Amino acid sequence: MARTVIPFGPQHPVLPEPVHLDLVVEDERVVEARPSIGFIHRGLEKLAEKKDYVEFTYVAERICGICSFIHSQTYCQAVETLMNVPVPPRALYLRTIWGEMSRIHSHLLWLGLMADGMGFESLFMHSWRIREQLLDIIEATTGGRVIFGSCKVGGVRRDIDDETASGILKELDEIEKDMREIARVFLEDKSVKARLCGIGTLSKQEAYELGCVGPMLRASGVAQDMRTLGYAAFGDIAVEPVTRTEGDSYARSTVRCQELFQSVSIIRQAFAKMPAGEIAVKVTGNPTGETITRTEQPRGEVVYHLKANGTKNLQRFRVRTPTFANLPAMLKVLPGCDLADVPMIVLTIDPCISCTER
Amino acid sequence: MNQPQAFDVIAVDTLLERARALREQGFRLVQISATQLPDQVELTYSFDRDSRLTNLRLNLPNGARLPSISGVFGCAVLYENEVHDLFGVPVDGLAIDFKGNFYKTAVKFPFGSTKAPCAAPAAGAPAPCAVEEVKK
Repeated sequence: MARTVIPFGPQHPVLPEPVHLDLVVEDERVVEARPSIGFIHRGLEKLAEKKDYVEFTYVAERICGICSFIHSQTYCQAVETLMNVPVPPRALYLRTIWGEMSRIHSHLLWLGLMADGMGFESLFMHSWRIREQLLDIIEATTGGRVIFGSCKVGGVRRDIDDETASGILKELDEIEKDMREIARVFLEDKSVKARLCGIGTLSKQEAYELGCVGPMLRASGVAQDMRTLGYAAFGDIAVEPVTRTEGDSYARSTVRCQELFQSVSIIRQAFAKMPAGEIAVKVTGNPTGETITRTEQPRGEVVYHLKANGTKNLQRFRVRTPTFANLPAMLKVLPGCDLADVPMIVLTIDPCISCTER
Repeated sequence: MNQPQAFDVIAVDTLLERARALREQGFRLVQISATQLPDQVELTYSFDRDSRLTNLRLNLPNGARLPSISGVFGCAVLYENEVHDLFGVPVDGLAIDFKGNFYKTAVKFPFGSTKAPCAAPAAGAPAPCAVEEVKK
C-alpha cells in the first residue's frame, strides 16, 4: 500500500508547545513516527556561566512554566549538597507542600488538555476551574501563580502560618471533593474509555528499557518514584508509587488521576508533621565539586548534574527532564495506531517541550 | 537522601563493553551529560538500578570521536544527538542520526569548544556542518 507522510505539529490544536512528528501512514494507520524537536532551545544550561549560583535559582525555575517549583527545588537541593548546607526541616516541609501543589496543578492542567483534546469541553472547563482554586492557594502563599519564586539556596523565602494552613486544608477538602467527581467522570465515561483503553500500549519491559520515567513508567507496572529516595520531607512521609499494569493510554491517565489524591494526602501529612523553626539559613562561599540530584516532577524523574569549581558560576549545569526521557517510548507506541489516536497518545505522555529543550 | 556518588573513569574503547555489562545486570540509562573543559569534553553516563546510580566518566579530547551506545541502550540516541548538536562531538554508529538537526540552534555547537555560524541551507542541499572559529 502507498505510504503518505503527514506532518503533525509543531503547531497543532493538542500541542501547547512546539514539537514536530512526521507520521508515515498507510491508509489511516501509522507505520512510523519521525520526531523533530528543538524549536525552542534556549540554551539555559549555558546561562549558568553568566549568572551566579544564587541568582541562577530564578533561571532554573523558569525552565518550565508548569513544573517550575520542583525545578528550583531540585537546583537548590543540588547546590546545598555541594555546599553541605543544613536546610532547616521546616523549609523542607514547605518545599514538599509546594512541590505537591505543583504536581496537582500540573496534573489538572494535563487532565484539562486531555479532555479538550477529545472534545470533552465541559470536563476541560471543570479541570481548569479546580486548578484555579489551587493556583489561588499558591498565589496567596508564594505570591506567584506558576512561578513561585519561593525556593532559595539554604531554604525558602516565605512561611505559611497556622491560620493560613488551616484555611488551605479546608480549601483542599473542597478541591479534593471536586477532583473526585471529575476523576470519576473522566475514568468511567464510556467515550473516554473508547478513546484510551488498549491504545498506545507499552509493556513493562519496553517501558524500562526505553528509559521511561514517571506516570509513563508506572502505568506499565514499574514501581519507580524518585520521592522514595527521601528528599525534602519524604524521609518522614512515605510514598507508595501509584502503578498500573496495562501500560495503555487509559492506565497512564488513571495513574495521574490517582496521583492527584496521593498529593493531597501528602500535603495533609506535611502540614500535620511540619516542625516549627527557621525557614532558611544564610549561605556563604561558593560551591565546589560535582553532584547528580534527582527528584520526581509531575512528569517523572528529573536529573540535575551540577559541576562547580569554587567560583560563583557553575562550571556545568545540566538538566535531563522527564519528557526527554519519555520521547523514545512515545515513538515506540505510535507505530500501529490509527492516525486519529495520535493526539491522544501524544497527550498521555504529558509532553513538556520547554523542559525538554531548556 | 544524598546517595554516595562515584564517577568511574573509563577509557573510550571500553565504553561499549561496560554499557553491555550494565544492561545485562538490569540497569537503565538515566542520562548522558557532557561538560566542555579547556582541552577535552567530559562525558558522564548515568545508569540506574533500584534507584541507585552508577556513573561512568569518559574524557574525550576535543575533536575525538565517540562510539555510540545506542545499539545497547536504544534511548541513548537522543542524548548522543544532543551531545553532537550542542558540543560538536562526532558520534559513530548512531542508530538514528539527525545529522546535526536534532536541535535548531542559532549557531552550530553552541556549548562546544568551537562555535560555527549556522549557514542557511542551499536549495536542495543539506546545511554544511563545518566547524569554524567565530570572531568575537
